Amino acid sequence: MAGKNPWGTGGDGSSGSGDGDAPKGDKGSGDKGNGPRNPWLPPGSGGGDGRRGPNIEDIFKNRGPEGPRRKGGGGGGGPNFRFPQRPGGKSWFPVAVVGIIALGLLATSVHLIGPQQQAVVKTLGNYTRTLDSGLKFSAPFPIETVDVEDVQGVRAVRIPGNNNQVKLILTGDQNLVDLSYIVRWNIKDLADYKFRVVDPVETVNEAAEAAMRAAVAEKQLDETFSGQGRAAIEQDVRERMQRTLDSYQAGIRVLGVEIEKADPPGQVVDAFRDVQVAEQNADAARNQAQGYAQQVLAQAQGEAEAFDKVYEQYRLAPEVTRQRLYYETMERVLSKTDKTIVEATGVTPYLPLPEIRRRAQQTEGPATTVTAPGGQ
Amino acid sequence: MQRLWEDHRYSIIAAGLALVALMLSAYVVPEEEQVVIVRTGEPVGTINTPNGQMGAGLHWRWPFVDKVVRIEKRLLDLEMNDEEVLSNDQQRLLVNAYARFRITNPVRMVERAGSTEGVRTALEPILNSVLRQELGRRTFQAMLTAERGSALQNVRANLDRQARQYGAEVVDVQITRTDLPEAPLQSAFTRMESDRQREARTIRAQGGRDARIIRAEADAEAARIYAESFGKDASFYDFYRAMQSYDATFAAENGDAASSIILSPDNEYLQQFRGRR
Repeated sequence: MAGKNPWGTGGDGSSGSGDGDAPKGDKGSGDKGNGPRNPWLPPGSGGGDGRRGPNIEDIFKNRGPEGPRRKGGGGGGGPNFRFPQRPGGKSWFPVAVVGIIALGLLATSVHLIGPQQQAVVKTLGNYTRTLDSGLKFSAPFPIETVDVEDVQGVRAVRIPGNNNQVKLILTGDQNLVDLSYIVRWNIKDLADYKFRVVDPVETVNEAAEAAMRAAVAEKQLDETFSGQGRAAIEQDVRERMQRTLDSYQAGIRVLGVEIEKADPPGQVVDAFRDVQVAEQNADAARNQAQGYAQQVLAQAQGEAEAFDKVYEQYRLAPEVTRQRLYYETMERVLSKTDKTIVEATGVTPYLPLPEIRRRAQQTEGPATTVTAPGGQ
Repeated sequence: MQRLWEDHRYSIIAAGLALVALMLSAYVVPEEEQVVIVRTGEPVGTINTPNGQMGAGLHWRWPFVDKVVRIEKRLLDLEMNDEEVLSNDQQRLLVNAYARFRITNPVRMVERAGSTEGVRTALEPILNSVLRQELGRRTFQAMLTAERGSALQNVRANLDRQARQYGAEVVDVQITRTDLPEAPLQSAFTRMESDRQREARTIRAQGGRDARIIRAEADAEAARIYAESFGKDASFYDFYRAMQSYDATFAAENGDAASSIILSPDNEYLQQFRGRR
């Protein structure tokens, strides 16, 4: 095969110019001082760390029978390999090259943008337009670059992150609370998101941190534990963050802030638990008292009711009822006790008290001795 | 191929040279960057600066004469290290803040700071000291709360004044950290603990108090019920209650005769027993 590859990058005989030199390593884009630059790289990106464009040469090198060369040139891939001949005696080679270039251009000029996505188009570096979802076309690669980004998709960041370091936040009453929360956001304006702020993700995190501390510093400790207080903090943080990010023109929409947990710091959690226990204790004491109250009142009502009923009867026939009650009671009492009747006139009664005691001790009941005075 | 070279040697060489010239003199300014053209050490023009004439895109320069200095156009952040700030009521607080700035005057920036990193290096100590002054004028409570707004406004304005010398504009300053240093932290924990212990004691005491009140109210109410009922006829109540009391006292529940009663024949119960007198 004769002639130089017009697209060559100089100094690399990949088009098989016949001297069978050992293949060189991958040509980086920062291949300065080595003849003309690779035109498929954006000019001016002098550094070797820029994004490498699709290097046609490399693609070509790894294709077909010319394939990646091995030492010793296995198979038909020797240095003197020739392209199959077209009818008319011309080489297929230029056709192949043109085809590959065309494919590459096509690939970089047709974009299928998903339903949640948008893309920003830079024409020679200059932002020109934003593409919505669908099948879109642009000028091919070196002229227009297209950057596709998920804009609808919700990104969630958890703060504090995965480092197990507990972050305590100071409240307005100079107490500390152990908070973790989630911030959900997505992209409001892709062009702003891309071209206004250096590191949007980090910006969101820092804005969240600052907003949360400011919001909690205006609340009392107990408010951070209550559901209502939490909701207020979440709302407050969301608004503050949105304000901050809008002032940076970051193109970010804060969808929501959710406090995952708000706990007292670990060192003092026992004291907080004891408050809960104390509340339960107090409730228990109150409940017991309520129980006692119910009992006492029920008893009083019962007794009063009983008395009322008897009294009603008594009022109908006072004398008889009184007598009846007296005798009934005496019957009940005296039938169950030892009775001694003393005819008092001229007799000195002997009271066998020791014996009574003894008997009482055997039965271990209360011993009672009553000397009734002479009645009436 | 050979023929192509033979026939078009000069045009190919010319095209090659043109390509090289293009490489050397054309450059692309992306949307994210602004550019200062330095010609023999002197800045001669800017591209894609805020309020500038020329936007991003493809631009030309004189090869070898013009140097292209690229500068970030987007918002940059300036972080500081944790600082211990003393409030005017002598309390310590660990503070950290960030500032967000952008380069608005790249020519001045290139002349005075050289790079964005240079701007950062220049501004960081200023941010530190301005924040310290501003917060140190406030009480600890004010450091924490509502006054933050005005404090940060002042810090931002101060820092912005300084930053303009380096061609930068400070958009915002935010405090990202306000923590207690170790010793005050421990005493804060102790205080929180004792606060809660006090609260627990109070709650328990209140529970006891409430229980006493509930009991007493019940007793009073019971007494009222009794009085209302029994007060209708005090002497009958006396009799009625006495009967109940005898039942309770003398009627041994377990059936064994535990009490001995000695009755005088004059006892009213025996009145009929002795026959009519």
